[in-house]
Amino acid sequence: MKYQSQKVAYAYFLVALALFAIQVMGGLLAGWIYVSPNFLSEILPFNIVRMIHTNALVVWLLLGFFGAAYFLVPEEAERELYSAKLAYLQLAILVIGTLGAVGSYLVGIHGGREFLEQPLWVKFGILIAALIFLFNITMTALAGRKTAITNVLLMGLWLLSLLWVFAIINPENLGLDKMYWWFVVHLWVEATWELVMAAILAFLMLKLTGVDREVVEKWLYIIVATALISGILGTGHHYYWIGTPGYWQWIGSIFSTFEVVPFFLMMSFAFVMVWKGRRNHPNKAALLWSLGSSTVAFFGAGVWGFLHTLHGVNFYTHGTQITAAHGHLAFYGAYVALNLAMFTYAMPILRNRDPYNQVINMGAFWLMTGGMAFMTFTLTFAGTIQTHMQRVLGDDFMSVQDGLSLFYLMRFGSGVAVVTGALVLIYALLVARRREIIAPGSAQPVAGE
Amino acid sequence: MAEILTKTRARNIFYGGSIFFVAVFGVLAVQSHRYIVDTATASLPLTPEVALGKEVWERHSCINCHSLHGEGAYFAPEVGNVMTRWGVLDDPEAAYEVLDAWMQAQPSGIEGRRQMPQFHLTPEETRALSEFLRWADEMDTQGWPPNDAG
Ligand code: HEM
Ligand code: HEM
Ligand SMILES: [Fe+2]
Repeated sequence: MKYQSQKVAYAYFLVALALFAIQVMGGLLAGWIYVSPNFLSEILPFNIVRMIHTNALVVWLLLGFFGAAYFLVPEEAERELYSAKLAYLQLAILVIGTLGAVGSYLVGIHGGREFLEQPLWVKFGILIAALIFLFNITMTALAGRKTAITNVLLMGLWLLSLLWVFAIINPENLGLDKMYWWFVVHLWVEATWELVMAAILAFLMLKLTGVDREVVEKWLYIIVATALISGILGTGHHYYWIGTPGYWQWIGSIFSTFEVVPFFLMMSFAFVMVWKGRRNHPNKAALLWSLGSSTVAFFGAGVWGFLHTLHGVNFYTHGTQITAAHGHLAFYGAYVALNLAMFTYAMPILRNRDPYNQVINMGAFWLMTGGMAFMTFTLTFAGTIQTHMQRVLGDDFMSVQDGLSLFYLMRFGSGVAVVTGALVLIYALLVARRREIIAPGSAQPVAGE
Repeated sequence: MAEILTKTRARNIFYGGSIFFVAVFGVLAVQSHRYIVDTATASLPLTPEVALGKEVWERHSCINCHSLHGEGAYFAPEVGNVMTRWGVLDDPEAAYEVLDAWMQAQPSGIEGRRQMPQFHLTPEETRALSEFLRWADEMDTQGWPPNDAG
């Protein structure tokens, strides 16, 4: 750790990991309700479980981003954080808000816009926490060295915080409600969060491969340029059937198709950097997560996104298990795995020691990634059958679902693998053993370029 | 390639391109806002009943089991066209009665069938909900869903 105040990242990562555990266990429970629908149905209905699952996801990813920013900006700006105290205050607000939200969901107090169900006071709490964060991190960046990585990271974080305002606006007209809802949901994962992802990935590549900053930063700007140029009008792929004008069918189809480009570039970037890089960094697990993240993001967001993005296809697949398949692999690859890459890289540094538990960590990567991939396949098969029977043949929803139970059983099985992988990973990150169970292979010196 | 696309150029494309597309998106969003109000839902007054119905829909987080115009969860049937499916789209009284009977009958308790909770709605709330669902069903959604199964 070069700067003492980077330590605040540690607290953010710990809370994020706890919520990650809750998220996947919530998912597993939701998956079990699909298999055995009477389970807990009177005490803990599916909708409550699902809210906990999705909300915990979004909050821990954001905590991870905040923590990453507190870790990375001091290093980029070459100075201590403006205020470590403010950072802890921000974390306290977020923890109180999160506990408040979960508590109120359990007693049945919540809003009803998907992903944005937090009670109003929690929404304002999040806004205040975001403002504290922006102030703190911007003051730090302004006073120090300015790099492309901090520029892009801060721009992403500023814009995503501003978009949060639309989480608070809820028009009475359902069409308007939906239109503005996507300002948060789509413009987060397919625009502003991509800036954050690209910036963190660039930082990791810089550290892990030792490629020239100039090269990394040029890639970074190209990636984020393609992300926003495609992603902003790409919002149109959600404006096909909600009361918005018909021209979105063309704008949405064309621009969202180009959304594949930034994900392809991020994958290429990661591999080209590793291939060009001269440095043989000891943290192999962080490198695996970085490469894995960009690759799975390309498949989950890029390939599975394109699968149903053209309006002629979306007419039939809209709101089926195909959407769930895509949502899972995209979130996992782009944001879960990226955060875990950052944690894996930063945790040893924050604890002042050499990388530890690398083999266990990498095992957890394969278990989780394998589980998510299998889950995506089962849901894609289920969704294909659902689309054909329900949307093409016009069979009744419930009877079509009855025919899909085998897929839901397999989804539950893959969920067990994911939860196991997540718990193993948390163990590997938190419990630093004195000796490696399996020592990593000796470093092979590689000729540069 | 390396010479033509320098880092400065890449940065300028990023800023210029983003500002340009934010502007285009802003214009289209304003136009779409107007279109929703003036065309897609123009003949559908937002009565206090419809507004209350939306609030009831949100308060009970129906969206985390059902989808509404294809958005939401995939655990329970699409409800954006449920009034059409039940054949009561043009009959507010029948719509209320069918919905009320449905809500009262939950949870079904049938073993192995997905369960919908009992929400203990007042008659006023149920009526508001049925008006909201009729309102949603009558929106112009460019012909979606493909059939009555939703
Ligand atoms: C990391 C980036 C991405 C994430 C995390 C993500 C996640 C999601 C999620 C969670 C949904 C479901 C929203 C709901 O509940 O209704 C969704 C819908 C959708 N996504 Fe993505 N997505 C990403 C990138 C993309 C890309 C690049 C494309 C296109 C190439 C795409 C195309 C779509 C489409 C067409 C839908 C609507 C599905 C429907 O009609 O039901 N996504 N996405
Ligand atoms: C233990 C593993 C998991 C299981 C069993 C699981 C199960 C589920 C279930 C049953 C749903 C509700 C789908 C519906 O409405 O019918 C869901 C939704 C969702 N889950 Fe998971 N999940 C798991 C892990 C994850 C992970 C790791 C992520 C993030 C990468 C994630 C992100 C989401 C998202 C974004 C949604 C909303 C999807 C949409 O609206 O399209 N889940 N999950
Ligand atoms: Fe999208």
